[in-house]
Amino acid sequence: MDAKVAIAKRVALELKDGELVNLGIGLPTMILQFLPSGINVYLQTENGLVGMGAASPPGMGSPSNVDAGGRLAGAIPGAASIDSCVSFGLIRGGHLDLSVLGGLEVDEKGQLANWMIPGKMVPGMGGGMDLVTGAKRVIVAMTHSAKGAAKIVKKCSLPLTSIRRVNLIVTEMAVIEPTEKGLVLREIAPGITREQVIAATDASLIISDNLIEMPV
Amino acid sequence: MHKGISCIKAVEMIPDGATLMIGGFMGSGTPHRIIDELVRQGKKDLTVISNDTGMPDYGAIKLLAGHQIKKLYATHIGQTPETGRQMIAGEMEVELCPQGTFVERIRAGGYGLGGVLTTTGLGTIVAEGKRAIEVNGKEYLLETPLRANFALIAAFQCDLLGNVAYSLTGRNFNQAMAMAADTVIVEAEHIVPVGVIPPDMVATPFVCVDYIVERCGINGR
Repeated sequence: MDAKVAIAKRVALELKDGELVNLGIGLPTMILQFLPSGINVYLQTENGLVGMGAASPPGMGSPSNVDAGGRLAGAIPGAASIDSCVSFGLIRGGHLDLSVLGGLEVDEKGQLANWMIPGKMVPGMGGGMDLVTGAKRVIVAMTHSAKGAAKIVKKCSLPLTSIRRVNLIVTEMAVIEPTEKGLVLREIAPGITREQVIAATDASLIISDNLIEMPV
Repeated sequence: MHKGISCIKAVEMIPDGATLMIGGFMGSGTPHRIIDELVRQGKKDLTVISNDTGMPDYGAIKLLAGHQIKKLYATHIGQTPETGRQMIAGEMEVELCPQGTFVERIRAGGYGLGGVLTTTGLGTIVAEGKRAIEVNGKEYLLETPLRANFALIAAFQCDLLGNVAYSLTGRNFNQAMAMAADTVIVEAEHIVPVGVIPPDMVATPFVCVDYIVERCGINGR
């Protein structure tokens, strides 16, 4: 299975019916394809809509209806248009149930770095810092390593997105829960061994007593 | 008071070195005609407060080709690599700000507040040089207000008084920016008679709007 598909499928199981969810651009957006039947969520897009939907047919979209990546989007029945103040009020005021974002690094404290590589890639943090700081639950959806380098590390070397401890890390190899005691390895993907996960991780892992196979 | 003004005259009011708020998110809800006219008139040394610089060839990025921006306040410039290039090369000063903090700084500027307290950015490089303030045992960062000489607003509808309604995600930063500048210029998709926008649908009341950019083309003449 493609790594990104595996990650999206597993994160999809974390979404609960009726939740208000913000999905980052890229991999997190793929999650929608894999929502279990009976689970309907409301998508918040930080540029100003509660209840984002699929884009209109080609040529029928409105340039005033885009997603957080600037691509044409749609609105579901019941959607609400909001300005950026209200949008970030939802995010920072504790009204957003879940934020799913990509990551460059997560460390043993469960702190995420995902917005810049100094001197190289400085796209800006956009709404990422507010989302990680304010959402009720934060899931990092990312590949386990990048070009052979571990992304789960003892201490982030890149600038932090927030000092908040994220709630869950989902990779194509494992599901890891950052806790007060450290990173707890909860699930391992089919066909992957515990040793392989440990070898691909630069941080200490606490093996859960209830370690299971990742249901993907 | 008649607020109509040609796009050319509206931009002629803007001096070199002015501070501009430009509404929009990745080019959506962005006053594209005013930006094109800023390019045509070659305004320079601008300080621009805008969430982003749009998409390639779409939005505020057009101001970068002629190096018209001296300083940019933004939250995300990843869609326009030229912005990052000018920043890293030192050709333009860029202050990146978390998006929620960015809009709250604008709101503070427009609402007469001395700043906002937020937990966003605490313990990160965003906090460098800023005051931390404890309230009820919890720590916050003090973020200061932003204001501009001109706010360039993109509206869905604007009536002849200047009441403004927005559409979907085209609203974004426009509503906050329309409160936070000395002079507010609105570029609307539709200019409509007073009464067409029901009071409940007015997002920016006419008292905030100074100028309405006139329509171009046969129907507007």
